[in-house]
Amino acid sequence: MTTPETTAVEEPRPSASQGEVLLEVSGLRKHFPVTRGAIVKRQVGAVKAVDGVDFSVRTGQTLGLVGESGCGKTTTGRMIMRLLEPTDGRIVFEGRDITHVSQGTMRPLRRDIQMIFQDPYSSLNPRKTVGAIVGAPFQLQSVQTESGVKKAVQELLDVVGLNPEHYNRYPHEFSGGQRQRIGIARTLALRPKLIVADEPVSALDVSIQAQVVNLLEDLQDEFGLTYVVIAHDLSVVRHISDRVGVMYLGKMVELADNKDLYQTPMHPYTVALMSAVPVPDPSARSKRERIRLQGDVPSPLNPPPACRFHTRCWKAQEVCGQVEPPMVELAPGHQVACHFPENAPSDAEDRVAKAAGLA
Amino acid sequence: MTEKESQETISVQAPKAFLEVRDLQIHFPTDDGLVKSVDGLSFGLERGRTLGIVGESGSGKSVTSLGLLGLHNRKNARVSGEIWLDGQEIVGSTPDQVRRMRGRKMSMIFQDPLSSMHPFYTIGAQIIEAYRIHNDVSKQVARKHAVEMLDRVGIPQPDKRVDDYPHQFSGGMRQRAMIAMALSCDPELLIADEPTTALDVTVQAQILDLIRDLQKEFNSAVIIITHDLGVVAELSDDILVMYGGRCVEYGAVEDIFHAPEHPYTWGLLGSMPRLDRDRTERLLPIKGSPPSLINVPQGCAFSPRCAFAELNEGRSETERPELREIAPGHRVACHLDREDRQRLWNEEIRPKL
Repeated sequence: MTTPETTAVEEPRPSASQGEVLLEVSGLRKHFPVTRGAIVKRQVGAVKAVDGVDFSVRTGQTLGLVGESGCGKTTTGRMIMRLLEPTDGRIVFEGRDITHVSQGTMRPLRRDIQMIFQDPYSSLNPRKTVGAIVGAPFQLQSVQTESGVKKAVQELLDVVGLNPEHYNRYPHEFSGGQRQRIGIARTLALRPKLIVADEPVSALDVSIQAQVVNLLEDLQDEFGLTYVVIAHDLSVVRHISDRVGVMYLGKMVELADNKDLYQTPMHPYTVALMSAVPVPDPSARSKRERIRLQGDVPSPLNPPPACRFHTRCWKAQEVCGQVEPPMVELAPGHQVACHFPENAPSDAEDRVAKAAGLA
Repeated sequence: MTEKESQETISVQAPKAFLEVRDLQIHFPTDDGLVKSVDGLSFGLERGRTLGIVGESGSGKSVTSLGLLGLHNRKNARVSGEIWLDGQEIVGSTPDQVRRMRGRKMSMIFQDPLSSMHPFYTIGAQIIEAYRIHNDVSKQVARKHAVEMLDRVGIPQPDKRVDDYPHQFSGGMRQRAMIAMALSCDPELLIADEPTTALDVTVQAQILDLIRDLQKEFNSAVIIITHDLGVVAELSDDILVMYGGRCVEYGAVEDIFHAPEHPYTWGLLGSMPRLDRDRTERLLPIKGSPPSLINVPQGCAFSPRCAFAELNEGRSETERPELREIAPGHRVACHLDREDRQRLWNEEIRPKL
């Protein structure tokens, strides 16, 4: 809560498009095996939670990952953190391939990659004081601080807008928003370069959500952090991200700069997702045209062939069920995986067909 | 609503409105002190209209809805005030009388469809049970009705899915089945407590459309309780904003969104990132966090978090503002002068949203 000035400027934040690539993910896959049998386990299938995802994040940038539940956004985040072992693909952090490095080699790197968890109630140990929770990273990484761990922790509490006197209190004494701040303080302790935030505000009340969103932005400016924000709330993602990736059933379907994605969404799924968000303006109620998707997201155990969205898509044609559309850059920095994109240049369909090997 | 005050002083008669709540208080005595979850709430609702109740967690919205259904245990909840539903008073009725109204006259859609359905019984059995309690029909007829209801709410292959268990349904389908159950006896009052909070946006849009269509069909009164201002803007005719167990602002949906007069409502509107506007550089959160209901701040409950409390020369901290009618159908509980409020909204708040 350091800079409370409010300005409605539409210019991109500095270092949004420049800066080095900090994290690069290519062809990332995670298949969870489904087994049968009590003694001899045999694999009968696989839940393809993430099935080929590519993106990169530049230093100082915020990448938002959105999608409905079961689209694989959380699994992607956990693989970046190496909390899950990827089935296939590559994760490169600062030019170093960390896809399959061992726990021991990974440990020093954890200083640079940290995570903010969704649920502030279950991600803090109820038996530890705030001081012990926020100070744990220093002990685990045996980091020497200038004037002791206690001083460092109190500074961190101050940075996230908590009172340094809260050092000796327990998590149950705090409200949800304050607990999320404790979690953020712990995340910041070792000055990480990359923070993966998995639904950082979805468990909080509306007024508290705004406080935490503002805090995340302030911290980014102050410490030059890079975020990967995973959320299902499109308006929150729009507010904090520089680039946004939309996921559906384990695939990235659209990846673009914030402004391009929200102003000219190209993938029909993105269009439908945005039209489904309720708008807090009663006068827009009648004139709004809403795209009503039918049914639910199919099971990732047995996803539809080719384009995974074709079963719910209103533009789907025969080709959508036969040939998988590749990710094609249809506008500068705007990649889409669709045979019949919306809001696209006129030659888009030919370019997609060429890339898919159809023309 | 204008004659309400005079009416109250004269007699305690059945009101004209379909649902009328008068000075509802729901208090829970605990070891730590008295929790005043709902502290003097009054509102009315007609058939075919939708009321949206918004507020943060702990503002008393869910307790209100359980109170309307008479679901509080009288042993540990002190309920006072009056709730009139179609000429019948609920607070003073015996549990048996209320039970007969529940399901038939009023029913509820709960937030989490997984934990509010019995995992041991099929979806069909649970709908049939509710229907047979209120209607003297055979099992076959009730089953046919259950299949019809599932079809109505858009469950594919309802004749097969009626024998499925709740865990075999996806989240959106479970919520549809909940709605089918709630509507199986054509209730005149439907209370939806956070009906879409656990759902994805595309499914949420389907459920909201469904509630709207069904309301048109049955002409029932609907109360929708949520913290999502987008949802109430889509569905409601009137909005009641709750804070600390009391109503702080009540009005038509256009008034609340286009000319709100309570600083808390401004705060809620400013906290939300919006897709329909240009991106603002910063959100405008409300400082602090919601009060504990054991220890509600003196005077105006919102005063410690209010940016304009000091304009009232100390009255905010000592005197509780009453809900006053400032325009037809628009009531606000705030000490600020009306001109000041309108000036602040037009000059300071609205340009930043």
